[in-house]
Amino acid sequence: MDKTKLLKGILSFVKDIITWNLKGSRAYHIYLLVLLGLIMVGVCAYIVQFREGLAVTNMSNIVSWGFYISNFTFLVGVAAAAVMLILPSYIFNDKDLHKVVIIGEVVAVGALVMCMTFIFVDLGRPLQFWHLVPGPGELNFPSSILSWDIIVLNGYLVLNAMIPAYILYCHYQGKEPVGKYYKPFVFISIGWAVAIHMVTAFLYQGLPARPFWNNPLMGPRFLASAFAAGPAIISCVLYFINNRTTYKIEEAIFNKLRIIIVSAAVINLLMLFSEIFKEFYFPTHHSQSAVYLFFGLKGHNSLVPWIWTAIVINLAGTIVLAVKPKEGKFTVPALVLLIIGIWIEKGIGLIVPGLVPSPMGEITSYAPSGVELLITVGIVGLGMFVITMLLRPALIIEQKYEEEHGH
Amino acid sequence: MSDKKKQITRRSFLKTAAAATGTATIAGCSGGLLGSSEAFALEFQEYFKEHYRLMTDEERTDTIERLERLSEIKKNTTIDIDSTKPQENVLYGYAFNVTRCEGFMECVDACVKENNLDRESKNQYIRIFEMENGEMLPDQGDGKFFHQVPRKGHFYMGVQCFQCENPPCVKACPTKATWKEKDGIVVVDYDWCIGCRYCMAACPYWGRRFNWNQPQIPKKEVNKKQHYLGNRSRVRGMMEKCTFCIQRSRKGKVTACVEACPTGARVFGNLLDPDSEIRFVLKNKKVYRLKEDLGTDPKFWYFND
Ligand code: SF4
Ligand code: SF4
Repeated sequence: MDKTKLLKGILSFVKDIITWNLKGSRAYHIYLLVLLGLIMVGVCAYIVQFREGLAVTNMSNIVSWGFYISNFTFLVGVAAAAVMLILPSYIFNDKDLHKVVIIGEVVAVGALVMCMTFIFVDLGRPLQFWHLVPGPGELNFPSSILSWDIIVLNGYLVLNAMIPAYILYCHYQGKEPVGKYYKPFVFISIGWAVAIHMVTAFLYQGLPARPFWNNPLMGPRFLASAFAAGPAIISCVLYFINNRTTYKIEEAIFNKLRIIIVSAAVINLLMLFSEIFKEFYFPTHHSQSAVYLFFGLKGHNSLVPWIWTAIVINLAGTIVLAVKPKEGKFTVPALVLLIIGIWIEKGIGLIVPGLVPSPMGEITSYAPSGVELLITVGIVGLGMFVITMLLRPALIIEQKYEEEHGH
Repeated sequence: MSDKKKQITRRSFLKTAAAATGTATIAGCSGGLLGSSEAFALEFQEYFKEHYRLMTDEERTDTIERLERLSEIKKNTTIDIDSTKPQENVLYGYAFNVTRCEGFMECVDACVKENNLDRESKNQYIRIFEMENGEMLPDQGDGKFFHQVPRKGHFYMGVQCFQCENPPCVKACPTKATWKEKDGIVVVDYDWCIGCRYCMAACPYWGRRFNWNQPQIPKKEVNKKQHYLGNRSRVRGMMEKCTFCIQRSRKGKVTACVEACPTGARVFGNLLDPDSEIRFVLKNKKVYRLKEDLGTDPKFWYFND
């Protein structure tokens, strides 16, 4: 009896979510179509890559990881950043942030979907991915850090999907969620968020073959940059929701996020400076990668404009956010600058120099190929689609619940 | 005990899966939509096969039969795939005489032919670096020289996979698709590799090669004497590397590069045999290895006359 009731409840929950997602204004429908179009572009490009092999990318035996892994690395940070909302709202009982925590979790789910898709498209033999599944396959755990990463990323996805799903389902039925059913998982997810980031950093840090990565600051720096870029992306999403929907977000929330972002960005810049000091105060043979990144080596300087742009806009964004000009119109551009800065610095600016010069000293340039760019566009479209599809019903449910319960 | 059990259930799972899909495809494609239905069925069974290290001898024979048959059907080439195991009391090692090498690259050629390396991307396991006298490490040298050799005031250094005793590539692989055999050769199960290239990032000697494109070898140049873990055919998306010519060395022969070298700069042999040439070199010459500080313990030494 109870079971059929539960089943019915879930069915109507799912049905309503689907209808809410399909209904909407004309602009919303156009937006959805654009996202679907982007996804289609990505799928077509992937079919080309699947048939021809990774030769259609600009990767090579020297730059063996490129744009996909760069984006993956950046997005792991975005996913981990949800913890910056979860931590204050659940542990310090911050009422303001509690209201948006669900948005942070949805962004995390979207980021994780993108992360996994980036890994998938980077595989040389995607059809064999089941070799990673323990049981039919062989996961090299605990030796390979990549196997750790697969476990923590999937675990984090499950946590970040299940917790909000439970809370929303309760709110949907007009009930208060039962703390003991989900709070323990919230605490787990806080530790887990740090883990996905540290493990991803260890992926690179654990390779003595690559002096540029084999650096104990890698993990902490990953966290700092993630806690700047992630909340910055969440802020942008909040601005969008505030301006375009009936769901209103208080100024106090933006202010709190801004403080988190600025603190993390400053710590990140400090660590960046510390790394630069080590590489350039007394350059050694192992500083070649850093020289390649910041100044170019033997005429190969494709990364140089990127990294300097990243540093300049990183600084600019941080300063603007720190002084917080009266006019709000500078905030969003500053956030965007910061996001792009960190994306360059922690994406392509981290991955490619780790691989160049090759262990045999060979130097080459790398820029993503057309196929790599198109597939990336498709994956970003997919991520935005997932976030939209989850966020819309979530906001509707939350709004209704608030009205009914008069918070 | 429980481990064994686990393996058996897994094996039966894979077998059922393979059988189910196999029959389905035979039934579905009797028209020969996708080439011959036999090839398609064989490929399906191949898709579901085990990790090589976990296969029983019987399963190994089966997969080899399938691979040989597939080569016949699809490429019209009769090949012979060997699966000789590591021999007792053998640990292979290699030494390179820096004084003697004159940069002729005969070894590179021989290796490409012996190991069925992709001609399209000009893949090669061995790289020869031309270095000015006084230099020490290959990363100071020129790996792309193209002129008459030997050049005055220069010397040559060959690099390839050094078959580390403590190989970081093996530690990195998420699927255990690459491992060190008892005789010290680090091999790749091509069919188990998913092509993530983590091993490539982990190798401090640039010893691994990835198949970015579908490898192409002119049909008449294919070396038909193959080993499952060695020079059998690869497809795009797989990692590969030097295996000390496993198809030769396990039959007691020297590697193709050693055989081809006109100056006798290359020495290959069993480190556990006190009378071998490699042991003579290690005992009587001043030898050194690259990047000893990393603790990878490569089984590849350089020496001077
Ligand atoms: S040289 Fe590289 S590929 Fe060869 S065993 Fe050592 S780490 Fe592995
Ligand atoms: S590319 Fe293949 S062999 Fe290398 S780490 Fe990945 S799965 Fe293992």
